[in-house]
Amino acid sequence: MTTVSSLASRKGRNVELGLLVFAVAIVALAYINVGVAVEGAIPPSLVAVGSGFVIITAVFHLVMRWRAPYADPLILPIATLLNGLGLVMINRLDLANGRDLAEGMALRQLMWSAIAAALAIAALIILRDHRILRRYTYLAGALGFGLLLLPLVPGLGVENYGSRIWIAVGPFSFQPGEVAKIVLAIFFAGYLVQTRDALSVADRRILGLTLPRGRDLGPILVAWMLSVGVLVLEKDLGSSLLFFGLFVAMLYVATERTSWVAIGMLLFCVGCYIANMIFSHVQRRVLLWLDTFSREALDTSDQLARGIMGMASGGMFGTGLGRGRPDLTYFAESDFIIPSFGEEIGLIGLFALLLLYVLLIERGLRTAIGARDGFGKLLASGLAFSVALQCFVVVGGVTRVIPLTGLTMPFLSQGGSSLLANWTLVALLLRISDHARRPVPDPAAPNPVASNQTQVVRLR
Amino acid sequence: MSELTITLMRLGLLVALWAFVIAVVGVLRGDLYGTQVTQRRSAPPRGNTPRPVARGAAPARVPAEQRPVGRRPQERGDREPRQLRVMSGPLAGSNLPLREAGTLVGRSPESALVLEDDFASGRHARIYKGPQGWVVEDLGSTNGTFIGQQRLDAPTPVSAGTEIRFGTTIVELRR
Repeated sequence: MTTVSSLASRKGRNVELGLLVFAVAIVALAYINVGVAVEGAIPPSLVAVGSGFVIITAVFHLVMRWRAPYADPLILPIATLLNGLGLVMINRLDLANGRDLAEGMALRQLMWSAIAAALAIAALIILRDHRILRRYTYLAGALGFGLLLLPLVPGLGVENYGSRIWIAVGPFSFQPGEVAKIVLAIFFAGYLVQTRDALSVADRRILGLTLPRGRDLGPILVAWMLSVGVLVLEKDLGSSLLFFGLFVAMLYVATERTSWVAIGMLLFCVGCYIANMIFSHVQRRVLLWLDTFSREALDTSDQLARGIMGMASGGMFGTGLGRGRPDLTYFAESDFIIPSFGEEIGLIGLFALLLLYVLLIERGLRTAIGARDGFGKLLASGLAFSVALQCFVVVGGVTRVIPLTGLTMPFLSQGGSSLLANWTLVALLLRISDHARRPVPDPAAPNPVASNQTQVVRLR
Repeated sequence: MSELTITLMRLGLLVALWAFVIAVVGVLRGDLYGTQVTQRRSAPPRGNTPRPVARGAAPARVPAEQRPVGRRPQERGDREPRQLRVMSGPLAGSNLPLREAGTLVGRSPESALVLEDDFASGRHARIYKGPQGWVVEDLGSTNGTFIGQQRLDAPTPVSAGTEIRFGTTIVELRR
């Protein structure tokens, strides 16, 4: 027989500091490696870019010590390392395309990283308790669906490369779907915490699956129709899959019923099948997926083929940063940053990168297990799962596991909206984990306020 | 710079990346916070005769878990139950020393007696030492705590040999 007793958790801020220093050192090594391999000397911009990166990291760490001392010590170093490696790869592609630092994308990415980190820090400082977000459940829902459908507004939405997922205001363009992911996770968490008892009522068993009642199918059908709407109107498979998958995963976490996953998969397969029959843009994606190297597919787009050839030329150990030709692929810095890395750091390096994502997601799910309130549990698992699903969609797309869809790799890919959304997501996870790991106040300890005597009322 | 430097840097980067991953996993392992699992000794064979102990001899103050279960020096006479034995159910045969502050029984991993019983609640019942002796209290469990056919709705005194049922598990207080 075994017994299990609770232990107080350590804060782990010094562990975080150590890992952050390690992460910054790896990024610096990679940056120097690129400079040396491409230009033959340590890049002169190392001090400027490096100090900017160090300042962002240091400020974030100090804010953590101040405002979230019990938060998970692994989330921030992993996110920092991924963001830094993304910067290095973008800088490397700038060099390959003959852009110097001032006009290149790397400096913009660094600027966006700073803005995103500032936003995350602001979120940590302002939001003292994640449970406050539950008050805004339906507001978050309206906002999330609004953001998801915003690119359809005439005059605001822009159609780029076949997908209508951008909005442009003046010189700025933005992908509202990235932010919608977080807001919708808040909405689903708040909504499912209220309704999960009804949604987990069992009806009858078929083939070992306990099915829910027919009248409880409403929410999943609404979510499915919205995701199909996104697929049809915005022609974006990635957002549609991310949004529907997030809902099904959170529904499963809330109700512990496998049947919801089965129903969700079934609905999704039906949706995909119908979309493939009707819409030409979906058919094109499927063709590129199944027959990437056929003449017909190469006439449509050779992007995926180039990415795969790049990874193949990298092999096991990679060509080394600055020694491959990832710039031959279109969007090598955003959608195809994984093949860019695969070419230059090889399968071994790519697996290290993927493990970093796995560990980040694991910390999110661990936070969900540790969280003491249902809303926090659902929100943390939803946020972690959204990162997992997004990684699966991106990596699966570029490695021909699933059809290629336009999503960004969290933290690595070039793009301001993606960085903003993912750093905010990290801030929320840190806030929940701070709450989850904070020791519970001992109920046996005398409450200092209760033992105070007041002057007016005295009992005996 | 020489090709050797570049090769070293490139392989060093791979090593550093993996070292980071391993460092994170190392922290993870040390960071399995929240709960600690303690293995208990298995129950002694039945029909074990208690070792004769001189009355009034001051027992050594050893933490309860470290004392061998079932052969404890009896401090306050024979009538006092000192341990909980699981008579039937998934954990049949297990022994557990009773704590005066209270022994929590339930499916929650925080309980002292963790029941692997689908009919028990997370925090099912508590057995503690009242002024009159040992008392069992149902903590609002779904399927109830029973002594015989009687479902408990208030803290009830129990003596050694009384069978208490939680879900499908029956336990008994033992001397």
